Amino acid sequence: MEKSLINLTINNIPVSVEDGSTILDAAHRINMHIPTLCYHPDLRVAGNCRVCVVELSGQKELVTACSTAVTEGMVVSTNSPKVRTARKTIVELLLSEHNADCTKCYRNGNCELQWLASEYRIGDHVYHDLVKEEEKLPDTSSSSIVKDDSKCVRCQRCVRTCTDMQGVGTFSVVSKGKKQKVSTFFGKSLKDVFCIDCGQCTSRCPTAALTEKPLYEEVWDALAEPQKHVVISATPSVRVAIGQELGFEYNKHSDAKIVAALKLLGFDTVVDSGYFNDIYIMELCTEFMLRMKQDNEEKNKKVLPFITSCSQGWVSFVRTLFPENEPLLSTCKSPGLIYGALIKTYYADKKALDSKDIITVSVTPCTAAKNETANGSSQGAAEVDYALTTRELVRMIRQSGIDIERLEPDVYDTLMSMHSGASVLTEVSGGTTEAVIRTLSELVTGNELSPEWLKINSLRGENGIKETTIKFTEVRAGWEFLKDKEIRFAVVNGSGNAAKFFNDLKENEHECHFVEVMVCHGGCIGGGGQPIPVSNELIKARSSVLYALDEVASVKKAHENVALNTVYREFLSKAEHQETQKILHY
Amino acid sequence: MELQSQKRIELIFSDYTSSKYKTLERTLERTPDDIISELMDSGLKGRGNVGFPTGMKWKFARREVSDTKYVICNANESETGTFKDREILERVPRKVLSGMAVCGYCIGAKKGIIYLRHEYGYMKEHILKELGIFHEHVRQFNFDFTIELFMGSGSYVSGEESALIESMEGYRAEPCNKPPFPVSRGLYGCPTVVNNVETFATAQVIFRIGAEEFLKLGTAYSAGSKLFSISGDTRNPGIHELELGTTIEDVVNEFGDKNIKSVQVGGASGYCIPQRLFAETVIGFEGLTTGGSMIFFNNTRSMYKLLHEYLRFFAEESCGLCTPCRVGTQQLLLGIEAVKKGEKPVTYIEVLKKLALNMKTSAKCGLGQSVANPFISILENFKEEILY
Repeated sequence: MEKSLINLTINNIPVSVEDGSTILDAAHRINMHIPTLCYHPDLRVAGNCRVCVVELSGQKELVTACSTAVTEGMVVSTNSPKVRTARKTIVELLLSEHNADCTKCYRNGNCELQWLASEYRIGDHVYHDLVKEEEKLPDTSSSSIVKDDSKCVRCQRCVRTCTDMQGVGTFSVVSKGKKQKVSTFFGKSLKDVFCIDCGQCTSRCPTAALTEKPLYEEVWDALAEPQKHVVISATPSVRVAIGQELGFEYNKHSDAKIVAALKLLGFDTVVDSGYFNDIYIMELCTEFMLRMKQDNEEKNKKVLPFITSCSQGWVSFVRTLFPENEPLLSTCKSPGLIYGALIKTYYADKKALDSKDIITVSVTPCTAAKNETANGSSQGAAEVDYALTTRELVRMIRQSGIDIERLEPDVYDTLMSMHSGASVLTEVSGGTTEAVIRTLSELVTGNELSPEWLKINSLRGENGIKETTIKFTEVRAGWEFLKDKEIRFAVVNGSGNAAKFFNDLKENEHECHFVEVMVCHGGCIGGGGQPIPVSNELIKARSSVLYALDEVASVKKAHENVALNTVYREFLSKAEHQETQKILHY
Repeated sequence: MELQSQKRIELIFSDYTSSKYKTLERTLERTPDDIISELMDSGLKGRGNVGFPTGMKWKFARREVSDTKYVICNANESETGTFKDREILERVPRKVLSGMAVCGYCIGAKKGIIYLRHEYGYMKEHILKELGIFHEHVRQFNFDFTIELFMGSGSYVSGEESALIESMEGYRAEPCNKPPFPVSRGLYGCPTVVNNVETFATAQVIFRIGAEEFLKLGTAYSAGSKLFSISGDTRNPGIHELELGTTIEDVVNEFGDKNIKSVQVGGASGYCIPQRLFAETVIGFEGLTTGGSMIFFNNTRSMYKLLHEYLRFFAEESCGLCTPCRVGTQQLLLGIEAVKKGEKPVTYIEVLKKLALNMKTSAKCGLGQSVANPFISILENFKEEILY
């Protein structure tokens, strides 16, 4: 049904918008800027901060533009004296309860409160400083996220992100009045409460109340040590996104220039993470095939659906909320860990380096990856030394003073950088499934994949749960049990949809064979470590860049990546390297 | 006993002992539209604090199309100095239950809920017993309407209707963005009428005596009578039913001690009326709207301490959701302390006044918006006491 149009005026400018739109929507329509703080396009409207107040003709009280629906004939003023003084007062009040030591702040320069303060020229702090000294001690217990209450503006974006979007609920509002704050369960430290480290809160916090735990200073130190051989891999999601902050648009030359930049930063070797994604796809696909075989042979044992585990944070989500599904998780390590492991073994061998001298750095859009590093958490493995987020890499490039666009293109290290189009897909929600289907069908049937399966639309897009079914009419020997069987694939896009999906699976005994879960909406491309601001719109735009990269790739399937043959033949399948299991699996 | 200058009204508490829900039975024989139009004719406005026309509210809820609707009786009486709802529920609960039932009948709700203030927990048994009797009667009238009791958790802001609903749904008691108002989207998203205890009781009175009789009381803008909770420096504290439209002067003469220098009308969120304005201040919707709290202060009382106490109360009872209220209440409190101690110049009061006025225009709900009422009215009338 088409919605009727509502006519109103904003600052005397007429505007028509669909019924149900808010004043803020209408203002956007005519490019009229209304400042906001608790509003975020991805989140449910709150109307807490009151920064977006506007005046309606004939009404004494101001209303919030973010939450007020337009009505016919409404006369809105966004810049009346009443609005300006209210807005300025609100910003002053927010600053009075904020640790406004901006020069020391991690978000200095990219802080929505700072912008508001600057926009409204808040000079003298007229009000009492309400920040308590004890609040100035941030919670640094988590390996991925730092929580600093003295920077909190109580906008509750983190609460809405964590609860509504991610389905986790690490944060909630406690107490009232002057004691009201955003807290973890009973105020425990972050490492002691249920948190999947996805970092979605850090990319939606308007200030520095929630940030990633930075490790780039340590990386600078490693780069400064002459005897260390420092290797870096930056995922396609990172490469596609850094231009947002560094001021360039990603194009076909960007990757080569980013390689040049990384080398200028001092990295000895730059590898393309796609190579490791391909190995991951091979391992994942093989494990899935073996799982289906096991399901066929041991009928009374529940081994399906096979659930991916590469999205960091997902394992802790399952362990806490759906422990009965833990045995169904894939044992494959994430591509990031495979990278670290192979660099310190195969690569070290090939380059005649002592693995002790190698430092592995991975740059991903993921804050949870920090959990799996040697220098991140106590349980971290030694494969990856430092996991940086996209934002931290941007900071390093900024600090180095490099202008990426002016650099001469450079090339990846040739040993471990070749990759397929499928490897890029693993960074978007549904892409891992598409990549697996490409390899699975050729391994099972022995025939070339029909081209229409190179783009599975039902697995793409923003939906929370995406599904597809495939059927093989011809199969190779040994896989007869899969002939004409409907193999069902499901994709859970964002952990916020996981509870619904798994409850539904349990209650309806809905048959499903393969489940891909990405805790971040959109997949890695929408990771919590991506440049701020984030929005679903940006994620969509970046995803389309990744899909395009797959389309132009000459090799589209992981198993057709010939470089993998070398590593499997020379290293992973050799008797003396029966470590494969340990390198590639948990 | 002294001579009474004020006409005392006996509507809410009268004609009760014999009540066998006769009025309810009679009212249910009429059509909903007929009932609502009588209520509108009567000019009854909400007896909580806001004063929204009751008939209109019911009419809006009736108009909504929904299988489920709710009637909620707001008994979270927590405005400072009000204790009339407690008295009504203790003495004439059947009037309230009847009012709720008629509301349910008019709007098409099958369920009513009494949201009882946590501190009134001692009344629980009494109300449950009354609910038992009520349910027996409505069954006999072949009317499908049940009422439940819901215990609040002791927060001031729960008196705000949307916060009250949030709290009933199991969330934090925090006000919602309006519109939509509860009449269209209330409890569990269903159309809901939330009325004060006294409003339901008064509605029942109107159904008994008729709108015409009710209109003989009060003024053109403020029909009828209302209960006042009188406390402070008075020789006659307690609940008194008075006609609307009387002046503060009349009330002070009737109830106040000697040397009353001010009356706080409407509790912490209400206004301070100084002696020089007693004669010209009318209690009613054309003058001062009030939930009924009247606190008298004689000239031995410190207005600074009073304001300080109110601000301390607000800084604690603000839900903390919106900036103006959460931070503003704290700043006002610290501000008057600092001026008093000489840590801030006297001119800082002007900054605070501006702040209070901004809270009035930009806070999310009535709580934050009303902090300016006591702040500015006490400050303007007793400036010296606050500053020095």
